[in-house]
Amino acid sequence: MPNTRPPADRAATLRDIALVRSGDKGNRATLSVIALDPADYPVLERLLTVERVQAWYAGVVQGPVQRYTLPGLAAVHFVLLDALAGGVTRSLALDAHGKTLSSALLDLPL
Amino acid sequence: MDTYRIAAGAGFAGDRIDPAVDLAERGGLDALVFECLAERTIALAQLRRATDPQAGYDPLLTARMRAVLPACVRNGVTVITNMGAANPLAGGQAVLAVARELGLPRLRVAVVTGDDVLPWVQAHDVPLLDSTDTARSLDGRLVSANAYLGADALLPALQADAHVIITGRVADPALFLAPLMAHFGWAADDWHRLGSGLLVGHLLECAAQVSGGYLADPGVVEVPDLARVGFPLAEVAADGRAVITKLPGTGGRVDRLSCTAQLLYEVEDPAHYLQADVVGDFSRVRFTPLAVDRVQADGASGHPRPDHLKASLGYRDGFIGEAQISYAGPGARARGELALHVLRQRLQDSALPHGLSGLDHRAELIGVNSMHGPGLGVDREPHEVRVRLAVRCTTRAQAEAVGHEVEALYLNGPAGGGGVTLSVREVIAVASALVPRAAVQPRCILLDLEGGA
Repeated sequence: MPNTRPPADRAATLRDIALVRSGDKGNRATLSVIALDPADYPVLERLLTVERVQAWYAGVVQGPVQRYTLPGLAAVHFVLLDALAGGVTRSLALDAHGKTLSSALLDLPL
Repeated sequence: MDTYRIAAGAGFAGDRIDPAVDLAERGGLDALVFECLAERTIALAQLRRATDPQAGYDPLLTARMRAVLPACVRNGVTVITNMGAANPLAGGQAVLAVARELGLPRLRVAVVTGDDVLPWVQAHDVPLLDSTDTARSLDGRLVSANAYLGADALLPALQADAHVIITGRVADPALFLAPLMAHFGWAADDWHRLGSGLLVGHLLECAAQVSGGYLADPGVVEVPDLARVGFPLAEVAADGRAVITKLPGTGGRVDRLSCTAQLLYEVEDPAHYLQADVVGDFSRVRFTPLAVDRVQADGASGHPRPDHLKASLGYRDGFIGEAQISYAGPGARARGELALHVLRQRLQDSALPHGLSGLDHRAELIGVNSMHGPGLGVDREPHEVRVRLAVRCTTRAQAEAVGHEVEALYLNGPAGGGGVTLSVREVIAVASALVPRAAVQPRCILLDLEGGA
């Protein structure tokens, strides 16, 4: 693993300490945030509140956000309800699966 | 120690074929599983079957079998796949045709049927999940209803020692759980071991997504030799613990990150992962690295299976007309925004033919806001943008008119538009419902070249 600490000339973002993968389930998106170094897990748990994630995706996610904390896996997992414009099979979106929702979170400031 | 070696040969209908051949040849496998059915694949396959009774199985079935069967037969690897889609019996016959062509006269194929619950749904009606409607609201538009069968449906085929087992809709991880149950003799109510087997199935079912695919982010997460990423295999012990790994010499990586990302993929509550055979509890799963690209997975558990099976109902849902055009260079974004403004205005114009006005649509700029809407990352000035218009329509003629409006931007829009693409597609949407287990009657049909069906 490369050293992923940010250079001193820019503010740290989630991308410096975590990877994010999204998936789809009907009209819901799942969003898994996994610490690159398990030692950073407490930062994720503190930073990624339901309110913060809900606000970040305002305009994309129409329903509530559910959060599951998984300290043993160094991961925080979210389910975003009513997030896929009716779901993969009938959505008008180019990314009907919401696959790219994951990457949008990487900009979140630490 | 008795270990069962099981691998993923495909994680979706369009997956790569070479990694499966590699696994068949040098994986030392007991079973190779091809998971190829997305949510609406069966509905689309059902439409093909409606026009051709011999169609309705996965169009790549023959190509995949031709590629892997020689090595699988030579090495005693059981092939398990849901590529039967809407017509598992015709799929089984297609596999026999490949066997004849390859000179494998003793190949035994087991076809598993019983997932089709369309008559039951039409007779009984059911509430739709995440909706206030019932299946009756789809009357006249319903094209398919398929229950997610559990591992129990595959057990007779495994006991018959078939070389190839071909199914329609089966819960994805059950394709992996079934051979583990058959091999180790796990009871259908051994929830702890079923939960462990479910974990193996869930980790493998998306193929390369656990072995380095869909993971690389240059500068942050590096994946070696991604172009030759290997598909995963699991070495499973009788107690359900497993080592996840991949073949030496293949690209990709198997480690805590790759395994955790796949573990949580498309799972809602990790402590209650609802599946046909068991409610899995993945909340205490641990991944322990044993060596490079070898990870021990344990800590999964399970609770009694749900009373009902999930079913996917495919239905006709109108048409989507979609079209795109690009703008580039200085001012690209402003010209793209002007194009969208013009399109919106023309959409609102009730004098347009085919009555497009007021339809549900998306008008956006690829490169600016097509992924995440107006809120995220729109402050950057792109070198190029691509205007995209997608409109939900009730008729094909309406959907074609969408493309005409975008194409007309060539002569009637902002300066410098290029590269128009147009598409019209009929929408087959999918709704979910729960059906009682009594609604399905799984059957196993054995085929071979000597006896036929």
